[in-house]
Amino acid sequence: MTSLPSESTPKKLGLVIDLDVCVGCHACVISCKEWNTGGYGAALSDQDPYGGAVSGTFLNRVHSYEVVPEGGEVVGERGEARIVHFPKSCLHCEDAPCVTVCPTGASYKRADDGIVLVEEDMCIGCGLCAWACPYGAREMDLSAGVMKKCTLCIDRIYNETIPEIDRVPSCVRTCPTNARHFGDLADPGSDVSKMVAARGGFDLMPEQGTRPVNKYLPPRPRRNLASSAPVQVEDTSGARGLLAWVDSMLDRI
Amino acid sequence: MHPALSIIVFTTASGLGYGLAAVLGLGLLDPLSWSTKIAHVLALLLIGGGLISSTLHLGNPQRAWRALSQWRTSWLSREGVMALVTFVPLTLNAFSVIFLDRHLIWAGLAGTVLAAVTVYCTAMIYASLKAIDAWHTPLTPASYLLFSGAGGALAASLFAASGTGPWAGLAIAGMLLLVAAWAVKLAWRNRLQRRPRSTPETATGLGAIGKVRLFEPPHINDNYLTSEMGFRIARKHASKLFRIAFAAGLVAPLILAFIALFLPAGGAMVLLALAVLAFGAGVMVERWLFFAEARHAVMNYY
Ligand code: SF4
Ligand code: SF4
Repeated sequence: MTSLPSESTPKKLGLVIDLDVCVGCHACVISCKEWNTGGYGAALSDQDPYGGAVSGTFLNRVHSYEVVPEGGEVVGERGEARIVHFPKSCLHCEDAPCVTVCPTGASYKRADDGIVLVEEDMCIGCGLCAWACPYGAREMDLSAGVMKKCTLCIDRIYNETIPEIDRVPSCVRTCPTNARHFGDLADPGSDVSKMVAARGGFDLMPEQGTRPVNKYLPPRPRRNLASSAPVQVEDTSGARGLLAWVDSMLDRI
Repeated sequence: MHPALSIIVFTTASGLGYGLAAVLGLGLLDPLSWSTKIAHVLALLLIGGGLISSTLHLGNPQRAWRALSQWRTSWLSREGVMALVTFVPLTLNAFSVIFLDRHLIWAGLAGTVLAAVTVYCTAMIYASLKAIDAWHTPLTPASYLLFSGAGGALAASLFAASGTGPWAGLAIAGMLLLVAAWAVKLAWRNRLQRRPRSTPETATGLGAIGKVRLFEPPHINDNYLTSEMGFRIARKHASKLFRIAFAAGLVAPLILAFIALFLPAGGAMVLLALAVLAFGAGVMVERWLFFAEARHAVMNYY
């Protein structure tokens, strides 16, 4: 059914991605592909995998941007420009335009937790939903001819046969820097909601009117080394005897 | 947006077919004449051929029937439903004209209205997509409808001239619709100059820090998104192609149809045939540009 849930879903499961922390290692991209190629629906195929024009279906991709403040200069390492690594996958929008355009009913938004899914057996591969998504979060699998998108690892998060610590999306579980967080953004008391409130989490392209569930945390303002407090020299005046002698000898060398 | 040949052929052929069917539905052409019967067949062929071509780009065409189910929200589904519904009065009337030499007034009029509704649904598939600024305007369905009507009236005037019928009136109607269609198209194209709704700064949310530039794409090669949404056409080529579309789709048919008005039916037929052909070619180029010049919001990330 391609009508969106008439009321706001009681749960809004989604991701919070910390742009201050992400180092752009692409581990989430690979773990997502690995998990999802054997999980929900058709495998994520690659085209011309060993050739020059290799390409494939991915549900999560990491872009890297250079951001230059106004009047800023790009001078090698010392300029004002900064690099921001930017992971992007489906934002499980509340007003998901990808769902309402679907002619077959293959695309839908779950009424209980807000996850946006594709029922692949119903998908004709018309590609219209990928056109409707402003974020590029849907990719047609060129081998299966059906639309693929992030499922929020629906086959992990509710999976009672795996250890509890693994019941989060694969990308979140994998991220070596903890830049990705999973939780219920409808619950103001959840860790993710608190994080969003504390750090000023924001929506991507709010002007598209999609009301994404996923939020991004901005990079913290940059400080230079000189302006941070100097490292305190430890006070050793209390030392006596042998320790005092070692202390004074070490100071000398 | 990537201009896929199957969709360009579909919108051009079915647009012309529905236009012709809509004019035929008015019953202005003599059902006894052979040319009218051929016109009915041609309209159905153009529509059917266009619809078949539109299924060619599907990943799983064997499930295409499912596309009829979501008409409550999806313009693509509505188009599918309307296309099938429209076939009923169109084939009924065509059958009656071809085999019984009789025009059915009610089936004809129903066909005219439904053909217009179907073309509107087709255009709304594009116009409803907010992620593509260029398409997201009422000017999109307006231009689709006018182009369809102009093509239909010109084609009908050709068939009327080859049989008996008020071909001069139809040719004049076609010329007027043609001018209106291109006026709307020019306004549509002017909109392309406007500031886009989304920018790399709003797409990444990093605008508060400064100007955003892609430093490294996610993958070295193209992916589905960049090949489907990332079609780029040089501005100079676009404006050259637009001039070609304008010349073939407006100037040529206008001049040809105008001269035809002063000729006997035989000579008029030749000129009107040329006018329809030029129009078809011009609209093909116009449709190619409709896709090629439209920029998708996702390209703010690339
Ligand atoms: S990010 Fe795109 S695919 Fe995901 S819900 Fe929003 S519009 Fe749909
Ligand atoms: S590609 Fe599949 S899921 Fe997407 S709109 Fe078409 S039928 Fe629906």
